[in-house]
Amino acid sequence: MNPFILFIQQLVNGLRVGSIYALVALGYTMVYGIIRLINFAHGDFIMVGGYTLAFTVPLMVAAGMPAWLAVVAAIITCAITGVLVEKLAYSPVRRRGNRMSSLITAIAMSLLLENGAQVLFGANPRGVGTLFTLPNIGMFSGTTLLTIVLGALVMVALQLFVNKTKMGRGMRAVSEDKEAATLMGVHVNRTIAITFAVGSALAAVASLMYCAQYNQVTTTMGSMLGLKAFVAAVLGGIGVVPGAMLGGILIGVVESLSKAYIGTLTGGVITSAFSDAIVFAILIVVLLVKPAGILGSNAGEKV
Amino acid sequence: MPEQKIVLQAEHLGINFGGLKAVDDFNLELCEGELVGLIGPNGAGKTTVFNMLTGVYEPTEGKEYLLGNCLNGKKVYQIVAAGIARTFQNIRLFREMTVLENVMAAFTKDIKYGMGRTLARSGGFWQEEESAYTRAIELLSLFGLQDKKAELATNLPYGQQRKLEIARALATDMKVLLLDEPAAGMNPTETAELLDCINLIRQKFHVSILLIEHDMSLVMKICERIIVLDYGCTIASGTPAEIAGNKRVIAAYLGEEDEEEGSVC
Amino acid sequence: MMKLKKDSQKGTLLNFAGIAVLFAALLVFQQSSLATPYMRGILIQCCYVIIMVTSLNIPNGFMGQFSLGHVGFMAVGAYTSALVTKALVQAGVPYTGLPGYAMFLIAVLVGALMAGLFGLMVSVPALRLRGDYLAIITLGFGEIIRVIIQNIPIAGGKGLAEGQAGQPLIGIKNFSNMYAIVGLTIVCVALMYAFVRSKYGRAIKAIRDDEIASEAAGINTTYYKVLAFTVSAFFAGVAGAVFAHRGLGTLQTSDFTFVKSTEYVLMVVLGGMGSLTGSIISAVVLSILPEALRAFAQYRMLIYAFLLVLMMLFRPIGLCGTWEFSLLDTLRGIRGHKPKKPQAPAAVKREEVSEDA
Repeated sequence: MNPFILFIQQLVNGLRVGSIYALVALGYTMVYGIIRLINFAHGDFIMVGGYTLAFTVPLMVAAGMPAWLAVVAAIITCAITGVLVEKLAYSPVRRRGNRMSSLITAIAMSLLLENGAQVLFGANPRGVGTLFTLPNIGMFSGTTLLTIVLGALVMVALQLFVNKTKMGRGMRAVSEDKEAATLMGVHVNRTIAITFAVGSALAAVASLMYCAQYNQVTTTMGSMLGLKAFVAAVLGGIGVVPGAMLGGILIGVVESLSKAYIGTLTGGVITSAFSDAIVFAILIVVLLVKPAGILGSNAGEKV
Repeated sequence: MPEQKIVLQAEHLGINFGGLKAVDDFNLELCEGELVGLIGPNGAGKTTVFNMLTGVYEPTEGKEYLLGNCLNGKKVYQIVAAGIARTFQNIRLFREMTVLENVMAAFTKDIKYGMGRTLARSGGFWQEEESAYTRAIELLSLFGLQDKKAELATNLPYGQQRKLEIARALATDMKVLLLDEPAAGMNPTETAELLDCINLIRQKFHVSILLIEHDMSLVMKICERIIVLDYGCTIASGTPAEIAGNKRVIAAYLGEEDEEEGSVC
Repeated sequence: MMKLKKDSQKGTLLNFAGIAVLFAALLVFQQSSLATPYMRGILIQCCYVIIMVTSLNIPNGFMGQFSLGHVGFMAVGAYTSALVTKALVQAGVPYTGLPGYAMFLIAVLVGALMAGLFGLMVSVPALRLRGDYLAIITLGFGEIIRVIIQNIPIAGGKGLAEGQAGQPLIGIKNFSNMYAIVGLTIVCVALMYAFVRSKYGRAIKAIRDDEIASEAAGINTTYYKVLAFTVSAFFAGVAGAVFAHRGLGTLQTSDFTFVKSTEYVLMVVLGGMGSLTGSIISAVVLSILPEALRAFAQYRMLIYAFLLVLMMLFRPIGLCGTWEFSLLDTLRGIRGHKPKKPQAPAAVKREEVSEDA
């Protein structure tokens, strides 16, 4: 096959994976922006969305409706999960404790969700029915193109939401200065809850795109995905919405290209199994060189 | 009068924060045993001067000397080792450690035993621990805190926390002590106690002190000299009497009707 | 005058007595019918988990710097020591009459030193960050170490010259014995106690409480952070070496994922961040409990995670907080003297600084 064509294929593949990462990274970044917490459980919200799809898709099909409408159920479930996690765990710990307790709670939540799902659904993968039957356009599969387009649409919608709507402005206000936002009449707790809801909803859409490609869900599907999406968020600039999008695409492309080419480039010294390690290496480089990320800005500690 | 030895010297110290000149051309000659006050309205840059002198910020201009040694570019702990200690505007204690441990932590740089002796508990380990313990108790006794030595620092009342912070600074065996608003948040009784404390310190330790304060009565009572900052510039320097009558100083605190835009220097 | 030393000597004497009792119990155990391979396996598991959790408490608990990649160092210790044992076998050392436990201890030492070296290399860049970022970067390093080990030939299959990448390491001879392992555990814990009860312990606790104030008190925070990290990595290496020689004879990288790291973090937190006693208790309980409650095995992590959330909500300092068990104080208490314990904090204080990036 023409090497150029191969490259384009891998690039587009990278865009597809990157769109998924971007959607998840957006969730991380929005939550970090508003409460300065890395929600370790965020990757597991994808898993929640995935399992919801696994159960509701057959229902949709049985009811004669398009399979992908099940994403509505996934969005609702994820949003509710996100808000519950915030209200029942993060918020009380935030009030009482310090940053480390919040971090530990987030890790605990992630373990809770993963193991809870394992108890409920077992450790084996579960199939999700066909979500989309789309024609291939040229050499690209329909699902791939749909994922990229859908991702782009969601990102644009989110940008508009954050910049143009009252709630979006409220979110930005709270992330800048909680006290001042309160004084300006912003309902801080409600804003935080909505941020979680929106972020989790994005995770649900990401799970839709994931399932469209891989067609199965497992209890651990969110964990590596979530980690890499987190790296994407940091790369682009955590707390910065366009940064998450940029980071997601970059990580997706890097992963895709490294899986395809690393073996040949280094003469087999480094194999494609290293693509995960490469993503982490990127994280380390970013954190050491410019922790604020590509589009981020630093805020120091007052002495 | 015998010639005064200059202990701390700041020459044309200044710092730029990305276009904003927070402090400009700060000069200081602190002599041995002197107590100099640093005052000025909020935001004048007083704490920034402290941060420069202690190495938290690196000055973009000027030089700093302690007993003739240039301190520019040194890290905070190195400057402490050289002999400058400070307290903070918002008390920074080791909250989850005991009162005793707070003071003993400051001896870390002076304790010489290494990992080997620590793990084997051999050689001079116990001697050094005992002597550190004794010195810590002595210091605490000076401030009346020795009975609370096993108390967690966070459980102390505010006034005693402030004293503990000063005791910890003294534990570093410094030649120059920088006190950042030690009387902040204190009632008149506590402030009077603090005054006694500072006098006691001057008697016992022969340190030179640079003091930031807003409590003018305290400043006028104990400072031998006062430097006044406003918008980062030194607008006056002299004895308390001179400063009290200085029109520019009064204007800086109370504001002037027709203040011009731009540099106030 | 030398009151501190006298007290410490009394305490040490008592502790030695206590350890002698423990060893006597071990002797009895070994001779009894209880000493099945299964029970021995659990005891060994308790040992390496104790070493891991106490070592992790040093950076996470005492120093307040959150490391999520600790199993990376355990892996380094495990694989290095396994390869050393293999090398010793290949070099014919067992035939020289050197006792088995000596070969084991050599392997452990080399493994631990290697782990300490990795700890040093990771901590120098990583400790420039704090809080969430430090957690993530250590996680990243842990994963990178794991992936590297998984893909280098000497650490797979038969190992060393005959190794194949990507395979579990097999054929690790076990020259250790129960007494060596238990003894090693006790020595490690004792060393860690010694480390923490010294200027080092005070320095790292100060760093946890207020890094800026620590610098202002003359503490070279970078030095002590890297040192504490390296020391804890060293002991993680010891734990890894014990793990590698637990008798199964194989090692696989799937035992060293970041999920395992979070499990150890969980144990540190539950036991009490800043209490080695708490770490020991949680290590033992959480190693024995799953075996005792085999029926509930699938709920194990779920229950732990739940406990962790509850702990964060109601007692963030963990079970033991910063309390340490002291045989001396306990006996004094029984005899009616008041032990010298600082009071528990009135409440957990919120961090004053708004941002840590």
